[in-house]
Amino acid sequence: MSGERHLASTRRSPLFMPVIYVGGLIFGFGLAVSGMARPEVVLDFLQFEDFGLLFVMGGAAAVTGVAFTVATRYLDRAPLTAGRYVRRVKAFDRNVVAGGAIFGVGWGLSGVCPGAAYASVGIGNYPILWAVGGMFLGVYAHGYWRTHQSNLTEP
Amino acid sequence: MSGVTPVTAAFPRGILPYLLGGVLVGAGAAVIYLTTGIIAGASTFLESTLSYVSGVSRFNRAKYVQSRDWRLVFTAGIVSGAAVYAAVYQGGIWTTKVQWWRLLGGGFLVGIGTRLGKGCTSGHGVCGVGSLSNTSLVNVATFLAFAIGTAQLVQAIGVTP
Repeated sequence: MSGERHLASTRRSPLFMPVIYVGGLIFGFGLAVSGMARPEVVLDFLQFEDFGLLFVMGGAAAVTGVAFTVATRYLDRAPLTAGRYVRRVKAFDRNVVAGGAIFGVGWGLSGVCPGAAYASVGIGNYPILWAVGGMFLGVYAHGYWRTHQSNLTEP
Repeated sequence: MSGVTPVTAAFPRGILPYLLGGVLVGAGAAVIYLTTGIIAGASTFLESTLSYVSGVSRFNRAKYVQSRDWRLVFTAGIVSGAAVYAAVYQGGIWTTKVQWWRLLGGGFLVGIGTRLGKGCTSGHGVCGVGSLSNTSLVNVATFLAFAIGTAQLVQAIGVTP
């Protein structure tokens, strides 16, 4: 999701890619620990059989909330890119609701969301490639449609 | 049911793995944010990666072409981190019993929804909520409501798993 930073490669420190990889590593390890890499765990939550997933999103949002607060208040520029620290705040329009509704139907049908799907590949869940393929198809269909709708506003 | 309190019934797997996993997910995003200023969500990877193989102009906007390399690396990290967990704690591969058509159809809708709605569970749910963004809070409330309704409807008509 968030494409706020569009950094040209010339401004990146040599540590940039290794740190991105390590961050992804921690992120994916956490998704596996949480059980979200298993669609059954997500479906158990949505069917009110196990409310543990509340602690995944809550725990993760609490940590990022602290990082956003500390960085935007007390830190100057990001060391590896010289980028400014901003919060993730996107403009609201009705697409936010329509997209959320479509996303929710898909999440409820499959128990799969993008980050959890990548982590699911990592735990050897090869049937999840159906979902990864479906996501690429959906993203392509949406992009094709938006490109050919000249009247729509920039998302 | 003797000995089952409401708390253990609500959390049959306990709370700790969920909380620990969530804190680690947040820590991974925080490491990237604090060092690079980048707010990393998982789903833009799908769109930016299509720019390698598609000429559709939406996928070839500068912000996707310039970020597609690190988004690939971020996703490779997610796959690797989960693989480390599987190697150390899982003892071999694990596969879902959820039927293929649910994965494919659900994935398709997730793909459309995350792009139309400007984010997914990590972008809106973790980073947006962590930013106390009203846009993200509305998006998360919407997708949670529709996901719960859909999952319960699918279960009610007898599809398992």
